Amino acid sequence: MATWTPDPSFYPSPRMAMQAPPERLAYVAMLNTDTSARPDALGVVDVDPGSSGYGRIISRLDMPNVGDELHHFGWNACSSALCPYAPHPHVERRYLIVPGLRSSRIHIVDTKADPAHPKIVKVIEPEQLAARANYSRPHTLHCGPEGIYVSALGNGGGNGGGPGGVFLIDHETFDVLGQWEIDRGPQFLSYDVWWHLGQDTMITSEWGTPDMIEDGLNPELLLGAKYGRRVHFWDLHRRRHRQTIDLGPEYQLALELRPAHDPTKAHGFMNAVVNLKDLSSSIWLWHRDGGQWAMRKIIDIPAEPADPDRLPPILKGFKAVPPLVTDIDLSLDDRWLYVSCWGTGEMQRYDVSDPFRPKLTGSVRLGGIVGRSRHPSAEGDLNGGPQMVEVSRDGKRVYFTNSLYRSWDDQFYPEGIKSWMVKLDASPEGGLSIDERFFLRFDDGFRGHQIRLEGGDASSDSYCYP
Amino acid sequence: MSEAWQWLALIGLGAFHGVNPAMGWLFAVALGLQEGRRGAVIKALPPIALGHALSVLVVVISFTMVQLVTAPDLLKPATVAVLIGLGGYRLVRGQRHRVRVGMRTGFAGLTLWSFLMASAHGAGLMILPLLLGMLAPAQLMALSLCGPGAEMTGTIAAFGSAAAGLAVVLVHMTAMLVVIAIVGLVVFETVGLGILRRGWVNFDLVWAGALIGTGTGLLLLR
Repeated sequence: MATWTPDPSFYPSPRMAMQAPPERLAYVAMLNTDTSARPDALGVVDVDPGSSGYGRIISRLDMPNVGDELHHFGWNACSSALCPYAPHPHVERRYLIVPGLRSSRIHIVDTKADPAHPKIVKVIEPEQLAARANYSRPHTLHCGPEGIYVSALGNGGGNGGGPGGVFLIDHETFDVLGQWEIDRGPQFLSYDVWWHLGQDTMITSEWGTPDMIEDGLNPELLLGAKYGRRVHFWDLHRRRHRQTIDLGPEYQLALELRPAHDPTKAHGFMNAVVNLKDLSSSIWLWHRDGGQWAMRKIIDIPAEPADPDRLPPILKGFKAVPPLVTDIDLSLDDRWLYVSCWGTGEMQRYDVSDPFRPKLTGSVRLGGIVGRSRHPSAEGDLNGGPQMVEVSRDGKRVYFTNSLYRSWDDQFYPEGIKSWMVKLDASPEGGLSIDERFFLRFDDGFRGHQIRLEGGDASSDSYCYP
Repeated sequence: MSEAWQWLALIGLGAFHGVNPAMGWLFAVALGLQEGRRGAVIKALPPIALGHALSVLVVVISFTMVQLVTAPDLLKPATVAVLIGLGGYRLVRGQRHRVRVGMRTGFAGLTLWSFLMASAHGAGLMILPLLLGMLAPAQLMALSLCGPGAEMTGTIAAFGSAAAGLAVVLVHMTAMLVVIAIVGLVVFETVGLGILRRGWVNFDLVWAGALIGTGTGLLLLR
């Protein structure tokens, strides 16, 4: 498997990655909701504008079991393999590691022989994960200095509880190497994980334990401020907890972490999905403040008033649609932050050149709980809203899908999400426009979730050189 | 007197180790880029060379001790077995690293990192064949200079070994330091990191091949 020169999709710096050739394929996690007999799948989408199949699924890799709830996935190796202190540049970006969030089963998918028709080469069963790492519900993964790092929401005891945390998988044998933490301090709830390689710092965020989320968003837990609201900073190499920042009890669901890609920068962005006082969503900036990390809220996105008759039961009493910012993505030049408002059906684009003073420069509306905004190439209203967002390496193309998580989809879109994937064009000046040629409607029953682009994208790789 | 080719080979191995990005020049470049100044590249070089030298020193001391208590007939086959065994191991397990040092490290951290990298790659073991040819003659030379004297023999022989061993470590380290300094500064100043994408050949394979080749060569030599 070792190559003679580094994988051509590895880049020393984000600047070099931005000069990479455009992606031709996208891989999409597809959740099956149609019948309990049909498994989830990994879809391969043609994203080459010169191809006759542009904007369509060209193949579908069905998982071997039903009920996985495919969610987030990623590559076995990426640009961090060029890092000077842990170089292993002759592994290949070849395997997609595709976890089932509900089943705790992890699929190793080989894309090398035919990238348009990938194959499953290994499956890590939940029992192996529990035995080796004492975790379950694998969530986010990143290729990093010691192998593949995966966050997990639950413990390995099978009781739906915590603590969740991070475990390691070998990037060649795909053996689960064990729990990452040596000292977790007060960390208990888990969600996202990423790092500042230049600062030797890992960061983790919080959602909830499996029993807090798997049956849907629990209003009692939410109103009791029991969901995650803290951010944890760790010593990446000593694997020790260093610092906790609490956003305050009203900020619930501290989810996606998007550190600056330039390793000399020490800041990043995170979204808090809902403010209990006014249903707003917020974006937070973390940054160095002396010898410590600090966080401050930099963006507030308010809820929009709405006729209760048009709201799902969970929202009727509030007479408003929350923006529900459930995903964000940062372009490789660290200049543009994309913000998915899954509730109001809006994709926002901010200029974060000065991360302390973001400027809204673009917006597109598609779907939404009340808005139902239409796509120029699709018939009828759309439901769901901008959710998992991915930005191309060169920053010119933005892809997203509209499903969050099955039980949560059903609460906010009780009629059942009809799933789609779209592409936006991002202008250098800050605008956003819909690519009318690209509207992908998933088959009935399938819902699109996370997207990964061939050769890497804006949330797949980490860099050690500026 | 040891032959000149042995010293040249030692310098060549120092250069070979130095040119491998994984042995340290790339780390120095990364630290220079992180701080945005050439001084950071230069500052990182001494601890990297020192860590490498310490790893080689451990091998030299170990070999000297073994040599003092082992029958000469056994030394060569044992060395061959170690070299080929390590080469084979690195072919199979060459890509693994347990990270212990990060980008925010200082002199001690860089020294430790370099020591661990050199040791894991078997940098010191690669010079074993040269030690075979250099330490025993150094002992004989020390003995011949002092003349016969049974009660002094062991000490004098050990002194000869130590002097030769120290010279081996210093020469190897100097060659390695010169090469990491040249390559690191050239990449930092002019070439740029683009070279990593095409120019970073698989040193793990070359290294494993060198270990196996050295072992095989030693086996075939009379």
